[in-house]
Amino acid sequence: MSATLPPGFRIQRETNTEEFFINMGPQHPSTHGALRLALRMDGETIVELVPHFGYIHRGMEKQAESMSYLQYIAMSDRQDYLTAIQNNLGVVIALEKGMNVGVPEKGEYIRVMLQELGRIASHLVFYGCFGGDLGGQTCLLFGFKEREMIHDILEEVTGSRLTTNFFRPGGSRYDVPDTFLPRVKAFLDHLEGAMRDYERFLSKNIIVLERSVGIGILSKEDAIAYGCSGPVLRASGVEFDVRRANPYSIYDQLDFDIPVFHNGDCYDRYKIRIAEIHESMKILRQCIDKFPKEGAWRSKEKPVRLPVGRYYSEIETAKGLYATYVVAATTGEKPYRIHTRGPSFPHIAALNKMVQGHKISDLVTIMATLDPVIPEIDR
Amino acid sequence: MQENITLVQYFKRYLKRCITGPWSLICGLSVSLKYFLSPWKIVTEQYPENKKTLRMHERYRGRLEMVEDEEGNNHCTACGMCERACPNASINVLPTKNIAGKKVLGRYVYHFASCTQCGLCVEACPFGAIVMSPAFEVATTEPSSLEMILNKKEGQG
Amino acid sequence: MYVPSVTHPIGDFVREWVPKLSAYLPEQLQSQTLDSIVAFLVNAVICIIAVCAVNIGSAPILIYMERKVCAHVQCRLGPMRLGWHGTLQTIADVIKMLFKEVYAPSGADKLMFYLAPLIVLIAPFMVAALIPFDKNLVVSDVSMGIPLIIAVNGFGVLGILLGGWSSNNKYSLLGALRSGAQMISYEISFAMILLFVVMISGSTNLMTITQSQAGTIADWFIFKIPVLGFIGFILFFISSTAEMNRAPFDIAEAEQELTGGYHTEYNGTPFAMFYLAEYIALVTNSALATTCFLGGFHAPCIGVAAVDNYLTMVPGVVWFFAKVFFMIWCYMMVRWTFVRPRVDQLMDFEWKFLLPVNLLLLGAGAAYIVISG
Repeated sequence: MSATLPPGFRIQRETNTEEFFINMGPQHPSTHGALRLALRMDGETIVELVPHFGYIHRGMEKQAESMSYLQYIAMSDRQDYLTAIQNNLGVVIALEKGMNVGVPEKGEYIRVMLQELGRIASHLVFYGCFGGDLGGQTCLLFGFKEREMIHDILEEVTGSRLTTNFFRPGGSRYDVPDTFLPRVKAFLDHLEGAMRDYERFLSKNIIVLERSVGIGILSKEDAIAYGCSGPVLRASGVEFDVRRANPYSIYDQLDFDIPVFHNGDCYDRYKIRIAEIHESMKILRQCIDKFPKEGAWRSKEKPVRLPVGRYYSEIETAKGLYATYVVAATTGEKPYRIHTRGPSFPHIAALNKMVQGHKISDLVTIMATLDPVIPEIDR
Repeated sequence: MQENITLVQYFKRYLKRCITGPWSLICGLSVSLKYFLSPWKIVTEQYPENKKTLRMHERYRGRLEMVEDEEGNNHCTACGMCERACPNASINVLPTKNIAGKKVLGRYVYHFASCTQCGLCVEACPFGAIVMSPAFEVATTEPSSLEMILNKKEGQG
Repeated sequence: MYVPSVTHPIGDFVREWVPKLSAYLPEQLQSQTLDSIVAFLVNAVICIIAVCAVNIGSAPILIYMERKVCAHVQCRLGPMRLGWHGTLQTIADVIKMLFKEVYAPSGADKLMFYLAPLIVLIAPFMVAALIPFDKNLVVSDVSMGIPLIIAVNGFGVLGILLGGWSSNNKYSLLGALRSGAQMISYEISFAMILLFVVMISGSTNLMTITQSQAGTIADWFIFKIPVLGFIGFILFFISSTAEMNRAPFDIAEAEQELTGGYHTEYNGTPFAMFYLAEYIALVTNSALATTCFLGGFHAPCIGVAAVDNYLTMVPGVVWFFAKVFFMIWCYMMVRWTFVRPRVDQLMDFEWKFLLPVNLLLLGAGAAYIVISG
């Protein structure tokens, strides 16, 4: 939408300038962690971008080889810490495939509800960081305010605010307390009003529109080619959501839409996350209505031992496709190899494609809308 | 991104933005004014002042503690399940022998500095001998205090 | 001999008392010339102290206010620990800032590096000297007030450019260049809108501008010319925000993009001076807005004698600062609401929107004055 005058009215610039190099990060307020972006710049315009990873590489996949399966669930918290509870589920589903255990209905409802709460929490952080990176510090606080309420609920249920370590093969670690459903319900009612304010605050704001519409366009083909997933992929017009394409848990029994936008620019990536918050609220309300009052919340406890084989699971976290690939070479409680496919890595890989020809300020906007979490990239 | 449009389109768009732009800014201002004028919506708390009223949730994972009765007896059998369950070797169970020659708990060493409060040890314990306490003020200036011996007495065996 | 500086009432007091005191001196030292020189010097010192007191004194208050306004918009409490509701917090911060070690990055041009914050401070201090705080409370009542303000405001950009260039940091340099482009552009519309005020009042003297707004609220320039006055006020608000480099036009600092822009490499006292300059500029710009549009030190009379009598009983300086703080609050609300436009959009906004509207406004104002006589 950023309109320029027709060609005849444009001033043709003929300057002889020198390109220079800027090092953005690893200590930079808007690289969302220890990520280093090497920029080749022509004035304020970015010519080329090379991301450098690995500043907080902890060797999680290597560590997993000397850990038991249960310990790796705790490790998955530390990958994408904004969607810790969703990562737990990704690992657990792979283990369940190996152990061949099912989950009782109540257990599935607990899972789905916590998943969606986690999704809302992550998208609220996105809302905050998007506004904050654009220069509106107030948005940052707004987003985090409601996220804290979700974390309060998570703390009551799982015992921890961020590193939940909650799901176990066959169900979860605890049953939900009695206060859980009323609390979620009250929170949803609160969030409804808060989101109205927040959208009013940012969604139609002319400066936000100017900053994000038509910026960082990722075409449908590129999005698929780079392996993007989640909101980034859906903002580029590809209707792919693991919850719909390859349903896990009870997502096939729930009624929800998959928002898809077609421009693939920063504004669409913002809108799609706001739309997903509303969809998650819809799912949560359905779950509250259907929540089974009685019944087991986990199947019979078994030692976590996987037979020889290869097990794969994929789930849709707030950031995108989170897949876990477990190779069990011997029957036992330790894996031969666990590989995690995180959603943020391909997004950063596609960054160079998106920023070329944009200004350095746009890079900040694009980074914010990709919503990467660096510990998940480095692992 | 640049797109080619005619001059008329350009001015139409310009005029439209002149009207919608200020209106959107006023919308934004109204929200911040609303929050400014409603002090009851403040969510932050005054931490050390409200310490007395703070209650952590039952399941909160603060610090590992041993369940002991009034006399200081515990349920630990020094089986070492917790030690094996711990992902980062924060627990050392050092067994000893009692007078009858049976293996009992000598010292239960807990390295709080390396603990990630995942709670797997509590889950692994078959006797309910350890719990995660809701202590949340666990910061310290004394590094040596992070090496703890949790049991007061030898185990029952 | 020309004796400028404080006119009333302190100036008169000094001029009256210096000859009386000099009578005690030995007779061969007494002379009219000496008296007037001493009176001039005493006056000058008093003026400098007054300007410094108003400016430097207001900065901690504003920082506290900014923190509280920002906190309440964001559903926070803000500083609450030191003093009642954290009132002493900024003083503690100032003390901390002053005791920090001052150092320059290696490769920096040391002279320029330390000169820059001083230059930045000049502009707001000089503008403050021209503002009439009350009927007879103005430091220098020069007849070319408005052109002087426009000229002096140009100093700020020099300091920022120097600071950014001498830091030997690419982020600083980018920030400084952004700031240079921005402030030079917005100075045009800033000057234009002051011209509009000059056109209505018929004078460039700030005291005369204030006095021509005497009477009721309807005589304030914001309301005096229907609609146009208000548009002018909004335009002044926008361009002065850009002049001050305040959010949402803080692209020169742009913490999220340039990690602080031109003052990335500054710390301790020099950084405090940049900070101080920002807040003093806030005071002077608010004072300027008050003088030019909100009736200066005049009470907001509504034309009902019974109420007006009470309103006018309050000293003008109180009204002046009440209006100034209202303006500052407006600037703060805007700062904590909006996001930051991109650097080229900011230029677009100035050249494609603000300047044409300003020109139209000038024309419409002139037409109005001709028609209404």
